[in-house]
Amino acid sequence: MGKFFAVTVGILTIVSAGIFMFHVWWLPPDISVLGAGIDHQLNETMVASGILFVASQLALAVFVWRSSGSTGPIKIFPGGATPMVVIAVVLVGIEVAVLTLVGSKVWAGLFMVQAPANALQVDVQAEQFAFYFRYAGPDGKFGAMDPSKVSDANNNFFGLDPANDTTARDDIVAATLAIPVNRPILLTMHSRDVGHAFYVPQLRIQQDFVPGLVIPLHFTATQTGKYEIVCTQLCGLGHYNMRAYVEVMSDSDFAQWLKTQANQ
Amino acid sequence: MTTPVRETVAKLTELKHQPPEGFWRRYVFSLDHKVIGRQYLDLALVAVITGMVLSWLMRLHLGYPNASIGVLGPANPSQMTPEYYLQLMTMHGTIMVFFVLTTAPFAGFGNFFLPIQVGAEDMAFPRFNMMSFWVTFLAFVTLVASFFVPEGPALSGWTAYAPLSAIGKEAGPGEGLGQTLWAISIALFCVGQLLGALNFIATTLDLRTKGMSLARMPFSTWAWFTTSVIGLIAFSVLLPACILLILDRVAGTSFFIPAGLVFNDQVQTHSGGSPLLWQHLFWFFGHPEVYIAILPGFGIISHILPAFTRKPLLGPKVLIGCMIAIGFLSYTVWGHHMFLSGMNPFSAILFSVPTLIITIPATIVTLLWIGSIYGARLRITAASLFCLGFVSVFVSGGISGFFLAQPSIDTYLHGTYFVVGHFHFVMGVAAMFGIFAGTYFWFPKMYGRMMNETLGKWHFALTFIGVYCIFMPMHYIGLAGNVRRYSSFTDDYLQPLLPVHKFMTIAALFTGAAQLIFFYNLFRSRFKGPPAPPNPWEATSLEWSTPASPPPFDNFGGKHPVVTQGPNEYGTAGAKDYVMQAGGEA
Repeated sequence: MGKFFAVTVGILTIVSAGIFMFHVWWLPPDISVLGAGIDHQLNETMVASGILFVASQLALAVFVWRSSGSTGPIKIFPGGATPMVVIAVVLVGIEVAVLTLVGSKVWAGLFMVQAPANALQVDVQAEQFAFYFRYAGPDGKFGAMDPSKVSDANNNFFGLDPANDTTARDDIVAATLAIPVNRPILLTMHSRDVGHAFYVPQLRIQQDFVPGLVIPLHFTATQTGKYEIVCTQLCGLGHYNMRAYVEVMSDSDFAQWLKTQANQ
Repeated sequence: MTTPVRETVAKLTELKHQPPEGFWRRYVFSLDHKVIGRQYLDLALVAVITGMVLSWLMRLHLGYPNASIGVLGPANPSQMTPEYYLQLMTMHGTIMVFFVLTTAPFAGFGNFFLPIQVGAEDMAFPRFNMMSFWVTFLAFVTLVASFFVPEGPALSGWTAYAPLSAIGKEAGPGEGLGQTLWAISIALFCVGQLLGALNFIATTLDLRTKGMSLARMPFSTWAWFTTSVIGLIAFSVLLPACILLILDRVAGTSFFIPAGLVFNDQVQTHSGGSPLLWQHLFWFFGHPEVYIAILPGFGIISHILPAFTRKPLLGPKVLIGCMIAIGFLSYTVWGHHMFLSGMNPFSAILFSVPTLIITIPATIVTLLWIGSIYGARLRITAASLFCLGFVSVFVSGGISGFFLAQPSIDTYLHGTYFVVGHFHFVMGVAAMFGIFAGTYFWFPKMYGRMMNETLGKWHFALTFIGVYCIFMPMHYIGLAGNVRRYSSFTDDYLQPLLPVHKFMTIAALFTGAAQLIFFYNLFRSRFKGPPAPPNPWEATSLEWSTPASPPPFDNFGGKHPVVTQGPNEYGTAGAKDYVMQAGGEA
């Protein structure tokens, strides 16, 4: 039974690691400027922790194979506990230090720098169970939001007051996030009811909506196409069905899209 | 050294030390730590069966979303509604984390064995101990009762993020009375565990028998002691958090609810609260809770392994140091659950560093276990197999922590099945393996009978392969972007991953069926198992020096054991290859 355990651990380890190595299931292709840094960080971590995983599982398997049922004199691991402490502190310590240094730069690029000045700002309202996107329109200004004006019945998802607020009159509200390719996008994210999240795997970006906060998020898409936006923060019964699309378009298509939306 | 506190405690415990008379005092409202320990374990058994059945229903629905299986919903049995799925998920998580992973390895085994392992007659505060169990029991009843209220149990996950959990019925089904009962249940649970933690700490510090210095305490005692200190701080934060949540729900306060929320086109009257406050309070408890679940497993494995390797565990002091370090660090990492919560992004880096550093003591401990198997005379039993399995699944689950600890990678993996696979391996399965190892190892002492070893080995083999088939694929589909907490994956980009879900469902049912072997073995052995010899595993610690199995009411039959060495004396040269802590006296 000890040998059965050793063989089972060996097989499980090789199969588990092999499926990772050969990317049987893997991330969808990256379509963002900063995604490459995330993928690189993930690959580095995969290699480093993969080696640790295989080495420690196989060591366990080999030691169990050799010692199960043994009646010979016991042997203490050469050097006792010291090599264990040294291996852990040095190897894991170096891995931790490197991952932190490199990873912090990736993180900082995503979340700790301001969006570039030429970024297109899109205001996002999340609600049970939909996302709505708002563009400032020709005046470049967003109308003020008033919770008491919010009405799903009247399609006033942001609580605008176009009758009295001139800046709100030309705001464009859509259920799809249309964006031009290769231009920085700044989302200002807020929720009107419970927590939600914005996740587009191809953009390698995910961010919670927190009621009461306006949270900025910026990214640049590098390929045109249509991708799903899914909610990843449990928000109620319709959580599984809360989604929208991001449509990455050429500049001219985007200009045309804005025009069409403005006329609706 | 005798201190006034120790004298007082000793007197108090002597006062109560009359064996109980009558059914109620002996079996129900008992002050005996052994009865209370068994009560906790029985509660955990009921809870784990409940939690496991809930997971089967969820997996059935995920694997076969369109199949007509007549057990899937209360209203329409052939179909599971999205809200019912989330309610099952919430109850599964809550029951497993609180009423299984906390009660069994910590409150259950700890209650039974901590006093015996330090050579005490009982816990320092037997009445608090009894109260601890019955408050926990009440908490469980309250939680289960929420299945039977209108709109059903809570739906907001075991993390109960506000404002979904705080606002009330307006937030949708599953946010009515069920959510209030959830918060009351968890608040009660905190009270129960606080009483337990106090008891464990006082007993460890004040009731150790002669010669039982701190350095001579078994690893399991060290783990329960460390866990108690963690629990004392963690539960005393979750308790007020739950009280505030209850107030938000029933008294109109706004601790976790900001102004201007709109439900059904109606502006809510709440204002001034912060959803992030709940997240901070919850995770300040929640991350240490992970270690409350797993550290007793560390202790149990380290305690049991030497009895089957027949050699001392490598680096005993290093191991204890690592457990304490992990306990300390567990309070500095809670923000890694909140990288994407909208808190200041700089704090993500600050929380990431200790999260990565905590892998160092965890790695040391793992290597000490693996190194201790080198050159051993390994005896293969159900208990030792679950120890070895523990090491394997702990490695598998721990490794994926490297990914999630880094905010830049968490940006992609947060909210996916990668996280589900990670925590099920490292805190669910590993902790369960610790419970199984403890059960097979201590059963003879607790019930005076042996469990069936052949059934135990089958149980291990099927479970070990099964858990890898359930939880390893979760990492793969997580990498592919499969989001968690979804009741359905139809008609979207997740469609290609459905075959994997089907595979995991089959694996879950198969592994679940393997647990029937365990339940059968457990019940049959309790009544019909062969009588246990006094020290069946040739182990060293004090529980194997009691005059009977199960031990008499005062544990050592009126004697006070005198400890002459530590618990790690295996592989010694002599007639026997081990030396018992109490020498040859008992």
